[in-house]
Parts: sequence; structure tokens; C-alpha cells
Amino acid sequence: MSQEQVLEPAEAGGRAAAPPTTAVGVADIPAGGGRSRLLDILAIATVIAILIDLYGALLWAPTEAVMGDVQRIFYFHMPSAWLALGPGFTVVFVCSIMYLVTKDLKYDRIAAASAEIGVMFTTITLVTGPLWARPIWGAYWTWDPRLTTTLVLWFIYVAYLMLRSSSAAGHKRARLSAVFGIVGWVDVPIVFMSIRWWRTIHPLLISGQGMSLDPSMELVLFYSLAAFTLLYVYLLLVRVRQEDMRARIDELRQQILSR
Amino acid sequence: MGFLSQSWAIARKDIIGELRTRETVVSMLLFGFLVILVFNFGIEPGLREENLVKPGVLWAAFIFAGILGLNRSFAAEKENDCLQGLLLCPVDRSVIYLGKFLGNFIFTVLMGLIVFLFFSVLYNVDIVRDILPLGLIVVLAAVGFSAVGTLFSALSVGIKTRDVILSILLFPVMVPVVLAAAKSSGVVLDGRPLGEAGLWLGLMLVYDVIFLTVSLMTFDYVVEE
Repeated sequence: MSQEQVLEPAEAGGRAAAPPTTAVGVADIPAGGGRSRLLDILAIATVIAILIDLYGALLWAPTEAVMGDVQRIFYFHMPSAWLALGPGFTVVFVCSIMYLVTKDLKYDRIAAASAEIGVMFTTITLVTGPLWARPIWGAYWTWDPRLTTTLVLWFIYVAYLMLRSSSAAGHKRARLSAVFGIVGWVDVPIVFMSIRWWRTIHPLLISGQGMSLDPSMELVLFYSLAAFTLLYVYLLLVRVRQEDMRARIDELRQQILSR
Repeated sequence: MGFLSQSWAIARKDIIGELRTRETVVSMLLFGFLVILVFNFGIEPGLREENLVKPGVLWAAFIFAGILGLNRSFAAEKENDCLQGLLLCPVDRSVIYLGKFLGNFIFTVLMGLIVFLFFSVLYNVDIVRDILPLGLIVVLAAVGFSAVGTLFSALSVGIKTRDVILSILLFPVMVPVVLAAAKSSGVVLDGRPLGEAGLWLGLMLVYDVIFLTVSLMTFDYVVEE
């Protein structure tokens, strides 16, 4: 008997009202299968928001006088950077603490999902930055505090994902990655300060506040920020749901095998 | 027994074990020397006299050699299930952390100072003038390095690829310490007063305090069964 055959009735049960196999541990995991109306609505909203964002950033926003069209990458670069450095990794930190306090694996799954999306957005930041910098600064990379901190941050959270992928799922992995998630987050401001002092003779080449943006550019930028935040929320919910279902399947499999 | 004497008992156990086997410190030292040697071939002879490259070589050697000791720290406890025995000690978990930290700290400082002596001969550094300020830098860096390193060593000990994962976890988190240590030892090697590196020494001190505290708070979760 293959495992799929065994699992099928259980999954079908999950789609119906109450699965007959539901025991103590399974009840708290949301039922897998089926569709989530909230996610569907959010998916449509995100697609529309991103399409409008593309139109705004690539066509509607006026072309920058000095930099030309290459400046448009900024509308994707800045929101990615903000999402990764702001909510992306802060959610990892908060959920790590929440897991250690409550021992609820739900928080571990949220932290993992947020770290994955954070790494993705950090990668987008690190790729779009040099693409813009090459024609504007004349070099792909400078050891500017922001760039260097972002790179170190990327390494810290890739390490977080490596740690997760090299140990088996469960409470032990959740504890270890929570501890690393906390240490990594605490380290980031210190990294930023140290690199800032290291490069103290070099002025910040570009600062968000220092750039006086055209009102329509500003509008596109803030809109882009909102659209990317929506994308982040959607991706986070999808990933957490996937992980919830994976945990549920594992639990069901164990119940069936232990019979 | 008080908190500190309990911790010292664990550190003493590690030191006695090290004196008998001489496994860790000797391999750390050899590796540190090798890093300096290998770097030497990548640097042009004229540049070797410059103080611009010296701190980089010194601290690359320090961090690469240091991680060897951390790899051994909890791996040694894993043999014969010593870790289990250690955790069964009727002491607080933070005592175990502090004990292991003290052991790692002593090995790292020892290694750092000897690597510096070796380095000073090869790179024409005035040992007598620089040993005290550099010793202070080595101590400050070793506290931060061992504080995070002991936590991560315990964290990675149960993982199959523990040596690799320890390096991947530790190096990015150590960036501020390496930076501060390299900058402040650059000041010392230039013959300038240590006071000019006050900012960097302060940064290391803050790092040490923050990560000792965070590690003491979280170590319990790492070894929990």
C-alpha cells in the first residue's frame, strides 16, 4: 500500500466538515485543502495593484532629467529594500520570541515564511541596486553603509534558512532557528553602526530624504511601496498556509502510521 | 558553590581536558599561522610593510583559527554523551553557558596572543610597544567572539553539517567585531595612541555586553531537550 493511498481518505476528510481522524494534536492546525476566499481576493488585489504599479513606474512617472529611464528601477528597489529590512525581518524576530514564549509552531512557520520572502526581497534589492549604480555611479558596488549592511543582512538570513534546511522539522528546529533569528536581528543595527563609522569619511551618496522628488514620482514611489507591501502580505499568507498544511499532513501521516 | 565558581568548574574541566589532549589550541595555532602564511603570498612585498593590510591579515587569521576551537567546544561534549551529563548537573543552564564561554574565551585569547607574536615577527611589528594595547583589543574581540560562538557552537552541535553551518552562522554576525578589531589594531600598529580607537573599543564593549546578555537569555532554549 503506498502512502498516497493511505493519505487520500484523510485528505478528503479534511475537505469535508470534521476529519474522523482528528485527535488532540491535529485539532489546532487549520484544515488543509479547499480554497480560502480571503487569499483569492488578496491574490486578485495584489495582481491588480502590481499591474498598476508597473504602469505607474514604467510609463506614467516622468523620466528623470539627469539619470533618464534607469531611475525607474528605484520604484522597485526602494520598496523591496524597505520590505526586507523593515517588516520582513522584524516579523522573523517577533515571531521567534513569540515561539519561545508560547511554544506554538504556528509562529515558527510565520517566521520561516517571512525570512524566505525577506531573503527574496533583499536579493531583489541587491540585484537592482548595482544595475542602477553602474551607469549612475560608474561602479556596480561601493562599500557604502547601506549597501554593506544589506549584504551582511542577506548573509545572516540566508544562514537562517540554511540552518532550517539542515535540521528536521519540529520543536527542536523551531527553538534553534528562533534563537538565531533573535541574535541575527539584534546584530543588524550594530552592523549598520560599525560600517557607518568605518566609512565615516565617505558621505552618504544618496539618501531618501535628500532626493527632492517630483510630486508624481513621489506618488508612484509611495504607491509602489503599498503595492509591494500587499505582495509581501499575500506571499506571507500563502507560505504560512502551505507550511500549516504540510504540518497537518505530517501529523496525519504519523497518526496513520502509528495505528 | 556560587554562580561564578560553578561556571569556573566547567571551564576548568575544559582546560584540563585540553592540557591532556592538546587537541584544540595546537590546531588553532597551526591554522592561524597557516592563514598568515597563505595571505603572505597574496600580498606584494612592498605592501607588506604598509599598515593598511596588516590588521586584515591578523584578524582573518584570528577568526578562522578561532572557529576551529568553537567547532570542538560542543562536539567534544557530544562524544560519550557528555553533554547529557553536563545538562544533568544540578546547576542553572546559564552556569553551563558561562562555563563553556570561559573555556572558549581562554583558548581564543591564548591563540590570539600567540598568533600576534608570530605575526609580529613576520611582519616587523614592535612587540614591546604594541603588546598591551593589542592585548586589550584581543580580549575585547575574544569576549564577543566567544559569547556568540559558544551559543552557536551549542546550536549547531546536533546538526549533521555542524562545522559548515557554524561558520555560516557565525561569520556574518561577527562583522562588527572584526571591523572594530581591525580598525583599532590599525591605529595601534600605526603607533598612534589607543585613545584614537576609543569609538571602536566602545563598539566592541557594547557588542560584548549585548551578546553575552542575549546568549545567557537564549542558551536555555538551545540545549533544551
